[in-house]
Amino acid sequence: MNVDSYRFLPRSFRAFYEGRGSLPGELDEVWAPFEKRLQSSRIALLTSAGFYLKNSQPPFDLDRERANPTWGDPSWRVIPTGTEPSDLGVSHLHINDEDLLADPEIALPARMLEQLAAEHVIGGATTDHLVVMGYQEANLEGWRDATVNDLIANLRDQAADGLILAPA
Amino acid sequence: MPVLARWIERAGIPTVVVTMMPAVAQTRRAPRVVGVEFPFGHAFGMPGDRAMQRQVLELALRVLAGAGSFGTRVDVDIEWPVPLREAYRAWQPKEASPIVKVLLETGRRPG
Repeated sequence: MNVDSYRFLPRSFRAFYEGRGSLPGELDEVWAPFEKRLQSSRIALLTSAGFYLKNSQPPFDLDRERANPTWGDPSWRVIPTGTEPSDLGVSHLHINDEDLLADPEIALPARMLEQLAAEHVIGGATTDHLVVMGYQEANLEGWRDATVNDLIANLRDQAADGLILAPA
Repeated sequence: MPVLARWIERAGIPTVVVTMMPAVAQTRRAPRVVGVEFPFGHAFGMPGDRAMQRQVLELALRVLAGAGSFGTRVDVDIEWPVPLREAYRAWQPKEASPIVKVLLETGRRPG
């Protein structure tokens, strides 16, 4: 079966998404083969839910987005595996954060990934997982110029063999 | 997010995107896609439903490791267990986002 990609989207927004093609220069078939067995692979997670550690990290910059509605904070955060849900905040103006705060696993299933590692389904999870805030400028300039190289460096430092990304 | 996946994949790290809008991820040329018919903010399922969350995560791992070629898409066969109207209202922020306010006021996107 194929899911309906627009089931939960306001009808008036559908045209914005249906009319989107690829970004300029982003048509080619980018492919990195998954070389290892899952049982010996280290897996990382990345969510765009806007989580941050309340006691040690700044929230994403929502005030600037309020002043400039086409801008979204392109910065990123690391969330260590084992973080207590009560230590997480959410900064995201485009979704209701109640369920994310009640159970962060719905967007960042770090504990479930640890469980799969304990059951030897995967070799392990990275020590840290990655968070961005999903609302961005249309051309993704901020992510391209300021963020993606840092994310790649972090994933390499953690020897990640694969990454599961989940938009919020 | 699909483009972010492409940039990371281009650096040699395999990726899979778990998304409520798999058709959009495909047109944005994500290498591997898992589709879910879930409300926004809930890529891995219902709060507290570990069985549902595990089902989505395990499928994502299988697609990440097992997809044979670019553009592989597999959708999760789970119906959201909340009536549509209620679920549709529940995922949306209490206050319209800044860009939506502009759209509602002007009928067009600024800039």
